[in-house]
Amino acid sequence: MQDDDRLNRFRSEIRAWLEENCPAEMRDGRITDDAICWGGKNWEFSSDAQRSWLERAAARGLTVPRWPAEYGGAGLSRAEEKIFLEEMERINARPPLKSFGISMLGPAMLQFGTPEQKRHYLPQIARGEIRWCQGYSEPGAGSDLASVQTRGEDMGDHWLVNGQKIWTSYADKADWIFALIRTDREAPKHKGISFLLIDMDDPGVTTRPIRLISGASPFCETFFDNVKVPKDRIVGEANRGWDVAKYLLTHEREMISSGGTGLSGGRALGAVMAQMAGEPSAQDPVLRAAAIRCEVDALATGLTIERYKDMAEAGKGVGNASAMLKYMGTELNKRRHELIMSACGSAALEWDGPVGNRAADWLRTKANSIEGGTSEVMLTILARRVLGLPGA
Amino acid sequence: MDKLVKSEDEAMLADNARGFLDEAAPVRALRDLRDAGRTHDPALWRRICDMGWAGVLIPEDAGGADMGHAAAGVLAHEMGRTLACTPFLSSAVIAATILRRIGGERAKSAMAAIAAGELTHALAIDEAHKFAPEATAMTAERHGNGFRLSGKKCFVVDGGFADRLLVLARTGEEGLTLFDLPADRAGITRTAQGMIDSRDAARIAFENVEATGDDVLGQVGGAMTALKPGLEAGQAALAAEMSGLAAGAFDMTVGYLKDRKQFGQPIGSFQALQHRAAHLWCEIEVTASAILNAGRVLDTDPNEATLAVSLAKARATSTAQLAVMEGVQMHGGIGMTDEYDMGFYMKRARVGSEWLGDYGYHAEQVAALRGM
Repeated sequence: MQDDDRLNRFRSEIRAWLEENCPAEMRDGRITDDAICWGGKNWEFSSDAQRSWLERAAARGLTVPRWPAEYGGAGLSRAEEKIFLEEMERINARPPLKSFGISMLGPAMLQFGTPEQKRHYLPQIARGEIRWCQGYSEPGAGSDLASVQTRGEDMGDHWLVNGQKIWTSYADKADWIFALIRTDREAPKHKGISFLLIDMDDPGVTTRPIRLISGASPFCETFFDNVKVPKDRIVGEANRGWDVAKYLLTHEREMISSGGTGLSGGRALGAVMAQMAGEPSAQDPVLRAAAIRCEVDALATGLTIERYKDMAEAGKGVGNASAMLKYMGTELNKRRHELIMSACGSAALEWDGPVGNRAADWLRTKANSIEGGTSEVMLTILARRVLGLPGA
Repeated sequence: MDKLVKSEDEAMLADNARGFLDEAAPVRALRDLRDAGRTHDPALWRRICDMGWAGVLIPEDAGGADMGHAAAGVLAHEMGRTLACTPFLSSAVIAATILRRIGGERAKSAMAAIAAGELTHALAIDEAHKFAPEATAMTAERHGNGFRLSGKKCFVVDGGFADRLLVLARTGEEGLTLFDLPADRAGITRTAQGMIDSRDAARIAFENVEATGDDVLGQVGGAMTALKPGLEAGQAALAAEMSGLAAGAFDMTVGYLKDRKQFGQPIGSFQALQHRAAHLWCEIEVTASAILNAGRVLDTDPNEATLAVSLAKARATSTAQLAVMEGVQMHGGIGMTDEYDMGFYMKRARVGSEWLGDYGYHAEQVAALRGM
């Protein structure tokens, strides 16, 4: 009960703070990539409101609510974070900042970084000053990620990095990249990889966008040509980068999985179906049945994400089961967007049609079950490591 | 709200239940019952009542353990895992919840009799082949100071042996009324239905059955006040039972994938089967969240539980069906034999899918509450 009182007090505080600090223009519920601030040295704010919303949230630690205050967070418990998110949703607030620094590198650095690294890098992520991208996949290392060939030669005080990364999301807009680099070519493939931090401005780093079926270019190719990386720009130990990579992947998978549940995407399908009342699609029993089935699965998947967070908080290891959240969440998201397209009919077939750019969103979801590990890789992980089925 | 993780008490309850059921009520016990031509195992129910499970939803002052709906779900899940044949849902969940909502001294003594295992109840609702309580046609006409009930019920689960029947009937203009009648009252004829799952169900005919005002539960025309919470408790517990059933069928299937060899290796090493099994595991995990959530919502906010309960029953229905279909497929031919237990799981999954509302019924409830 004391806990309840404390949480109720926290809720009133955070509600009052949001009322005072979240600008009206930031309360339109938009969560698409173009509406949210991603930060970084070259970020151009779309409005003064976007800028001040970031600054105010960062000053209160609320861009990274669960991180410790000394690294730019608000040190909230999970119960408090949940209240914060509920209050944000209540006023339809856009998240003040979104970035791979927050969702991917940060958690890995909190776990594996040195105190100096945490003090140096984390606050810059929290304030949206530095934008990060992820250098994992290579042309020859997709699902078989541990076979990365981009190599880092030990030159004493630095590594000399040469090679190519692909699918580096937003590398053309990023300031830094965290990358898996082979630093021992003799060791077994999982034991010769290091997790390095590379400044995109360093001589020898070049990047170019890849145009996708959605017309957008969120992914890039990134090339390293004799790039010198100082020895302190490593997270975890040399040649033990796979541990960091796997830890980070579990966070990445959880982030991608939440896209399908409507938790991060609002009630998109339900809302679309409701808007269609009176339109032909609302009278289509086949479409309606599929939409209801999808809604049932989305609600249950959302509860599963909650349950797994509760389990993690209760100290019950979740580990490889995050592959389940990734698989179910992304397959669901693809289904959801197919149904949204069907509900909107020909209105969704124009790039900038009467219902906004639904087609681009729909096409984007097709990557969900590929990026961060394909659905098939997730199923194999579950079969082997959770169900204990034998290898071939 | 409480977290979506089993509490220590719930985890202990699950462990104890599992230990007991593996010994006292494995699938073998249901098979023996079937082979003996019986649909009820009074000795098993006696032992279960002695452990206090029948009082899981009954207040302590009526001799119950008052552990709540999440705990009832834990027990139902474990009973589903071994297909334990008991009137737990009919009596200890549905009837107990209805009586508790009615309140008063008579309800209290009835609850005490349920908890002690002295009395079993069955719920007589269905009249056609789908669950539709609002469409009840059976009549309860005013007659003197009381009523006369006439009509037919079917798929009355545990109705073949229950001591008392909770009967839903239409009372003229006033609407639906719930009656609590002894099963041997004059004018009641019970006919056993030979169910595919080997469990008990009856067709029950009511011909001018006399009832007094004392036989009415709650208000005349106000059946739903107590029946709705009773149904939701039952639907949530049935969903939990079906999730247990799915888990039981799944464990059996994974065990087979590890043991069975073809082409010189365990068939579980083939990726085609690994992916089927892993997908099924994912569906079971997602459904488990909806089940636990329904129990938590019933315990904290019982008047607003419809969405959570219908979500649980819808998911449990589709997951249980998938689990048994995949179970047979991955077992191959042996899964089709009566000698193997998978068929028992498949038949119970089908009966559980229909009882208290099928997938379509509960998905429509979800849609209505989500504005779709």
